[in-house]
Amino acid sequence: MSKSLKFRSVLVLLCLLLSVFAIAPTLLRNSLPQWWLDAFDPIHLGLDLQGGMHLVLGVDVDKAVESRVDTIIDQVEAQLREKDIVFKRVERRQGDRLVVVVYDKAEGAKVDALMADEFPSMEGETFTDSGGYIEKNYRLSDNEIENIKDYAVRQALETLRNRVDQFGVSEPTLQRQSDNRILIQLPGVEDPERAISLLGKTARLEFKIVDENANIQDALAGKLPPGTQLLYERNVNRKTGAESETPLVVKDKTVLTGDLLADANVRIDTRFNEPYVAIEFNSVGAKRFDQITAANVGKRMAIVLDDTVYSAPVIRERISGGSAQISGAFTSQEATDLAIVLRAGSLPAPVKILENRTVGPSLGQDSIDRGIRSIWVGAVLVILAMIIYYQMSGVVAVIALSLNLVFIAAMLAMFGATLTLPGLAGIVLTIGMAVDANVLIFERVREEIRLGRAPKLALDSGYSKAFLTIIDANLTTLLAALVLFQFGTGPVRGFAVTLSIGIIASLFTAIFVSRLIFDFYLKGRDIKRLSI
Amino acid sequence: MQLIKPNTNIDFVGKRKLAFFVSIALILIGIVSLIVKGGPNYGIDFAGGTLVQVKFTEPTDAATIKGALKDLDLGNPVVQSFGEDQNEFLIRVERTTGELQGLSAQIQSTLEKTFKKGQVDIRRVEMVGPQVGKDLRSKGLKAIFYAMLGILVYVSWRFEFRFAVGAIVALMHDVIITLGAFSVFNKEIDLPIIAAFLAIIGYSLNDTIIVYDRIRENLGKHNKEDFSFIVNRSVNETLSRTLLTSGTTLLVILALFILGGGVIHNFAFAMLVGVVIGTYSSIFVASPILILWQKKSKVRTS
Repeated sequence: MSKSLKFRSVLVLLCLLLSVFAIAPTLLRNSLPQWWLDAFDPIHLGLDLQGGMHLVLGVDVDKAVESRVDTIIDQVEAQLREKDIVFKRVERRQGDRLVVVVYDKAEGAKVDALMADEFPSMEGETFTDSGGYIEKNYRLSDNEIENIKDYAVRQALETLRNRVDQFGVSEPTLQRQSDNRILIQLPGVEDPERAISLLGKTARLEFKIVDENANIQDALAGKLPPGTQLLYERNVNRKTGAESETPLVVKDKTVLTGDLLADANVRIDTRFNEPYVAIEFNSVGAKRFDQITAANVGKRMAIVLDDTVYSAPVIRERISGGSAQISGAFTSQEATDLAIVLRAGSLPAPVKILENRTVGPSLGQDSIDRGIRSIWVGAVLVILAMIIYYQMSGVVAVIALSLNLVFIAAMLAMFGATLTLPGLAGIVLTIGMAVDANVLIFERVREEIRLGRAPKLALDSGYSKAFLTIIDANLTTLLAALVLFQFGTGPVRGFAVTLSIGIIASLFTAIFVSRLIFDFYLKGRDIKRLSI
Repeated sequence: MQLIKPNTNIDFVGKRKLAFFVSIALILIGIVSLIVKGGPNYGIDFAGGTLVQVKFTEPTDAATIKGALKDLDLGNPVVQSFGEDQNEFLIRVERTTGELQGLSAQIQSTLEKTFKKGQVDIRRVEMVGPQVGKDLRSKGLKAIFYAMLGILVYVSWRFEFRFAVGAIVALMHDVIITLGAFSVFNKEIDLPIIAAFLAIIGYSLNDTIIVYDRIRENLGKHNKEDFSFIVNRSVNETLSRTLLTSGTTLLVILALFILGGGVIHNFAFAMLVGVVIGTYSSIFVASPILILWQKKSKVRTS
């Protein structure tokens, strides 16, 4: 055997061997030794094939900025009082602006000094004179706004990751996308609604003291005593399960927040045989809880989650030790999910679902079955066409085509690429186009034979003449596929991947492998007529 | 076996006027349809909205489903049957919801009131917000634009600029006609269709380049002949390859179109139209454009 022939055969065999190794875990997952499964992953299936959820959540970063300004307002008020600066009020305007209303210029100057010293992130703007008062305007610096927004998204991503981890999904994907978007992929989720409600909850836990003196009727009519707000308490009828809401007036000021939690767990209330969530404060939280309960014995404390009151028990005595409970006629799943979100922490800003694609597992399996069936039928049709048209040479092309499919599958597995439904379509398309290189070569060979060349020579010049054409034609398609990969999203990328892989594999098999087969066939023989 | 006998010399170039009429007619039909229907029929990927694929255990019809959904304030939901069986439907709503109580849950519970529990299986939910839809649309257009730009550069580099112009004209021709076909047949354009368009671009170009390659080769061989003669000869010489490759590609796409199932149906339709048009354009559009360009530059130089 000539050196080149030997070398080429070994190369093709090695590729084939490697491919078989790479594909095996996909086909026979259960009967392979562990080291094999460790070395090669099975082909990843996209969510459209295996079922699951694809979510894009938008973090409402403007809310994060607003709530930062609100916090600063609290601090500013406290500082102004401490320093005995006379002011009328402090309020937030247009999301990122803060206004301090004072009575005269002298006090205004003091406010300026205070702001410059204590709140450097607030930039002083103009002041306006309105009806005898002076409004001092301040605005968060652009830099600070950027930081708050960026931090909010990063924090949200972290919190969501914690929740997903506790929810128990195998191989979830969480990624930050563009500025304020978070991509979440949960393969094989069986209860999409539950997943959405778990991920979408802001989970801002607050404790507020109930204002017993307020008149509920007035409050409902919109007349609230200053410093209070109207919330609704969620009630569940234990027998019927029907939900209702009771209005409740609470003090604006949040006495304690969920940030100070150390743990949250589901327990069962033995009286009603009903789950509740037991929460545990960290040392700072426990101390504060102790002070608050001591100062408010006899009053009711509302436990507020995302602006809904879950319960508002009367504080009977000072509670030290740092534990409390949230009850509210939960189902055990509700209690579990509540414990998860409390443990994972609250989102720094509310999130909105911008995109949701959920595919049920049965549809995914359907798609795979149909895709594979199309591949088989398409392949058989192409095989028949090639053999009828080119006879024995057609068989060579078919062998190249079959190897092509093996290589595509192997490369998908080795690169860890994700196979999607359009990806399956890409493979089908590749089958149709994969024979193109061989067709080009065979047509050239036929031309050469018509010119009276001997088989070996005809093959030689046929391959060399077709080569550049094939490269030109395929490189342009590859170019389109690469652009598709760069700008595509989700399933479209899957298509680009299989198309690119298919082109590379078909170049190799159609040019290299088919040539090798012909060389073997012609070696040491004196072939007079080529079956083509 | 041979489809095309050697030395076949069909006068493709001579029929280029007829071909131009056909092309222009097809393009016009598409454009008129697009104008009448107020632009491309974007699916929810690009327009935003909610799509729910529901499977019932027993056959039913769109009117019943629409009636069952009346209580939900959904605007004007479109309900259409999906696949071969009479028990699978797509419900499409323009509204999107970022709320926790998803539309799909509402739709499911509403349907269960009419069809009883256990009979309704939500198989697929797709909700795309308007902002995301806009982003996806601009990304898709960008992809097509950059693909064309890349091709222009590559073909100019490998061949000559005039070849690149012919290739790009042929590509736009194919994409516009396919887009028109989508409009005429009331099919929706969504994300995978962009992939199909790019595949069409790739395929059509593949075809065109192979003819161009032959033209370039023959230009060197027969440099005394008339340019349009060389073009025509090159088209004929590559004709059997063109027909065979398009034939095998069409076979597999037909398999996908017939057997691939509803989710991939529009994708296969785009490919089907694209491959037929792409093959036609590499014979009747891309090459004659070269001749046209040649004549124009001759007029300019003389």
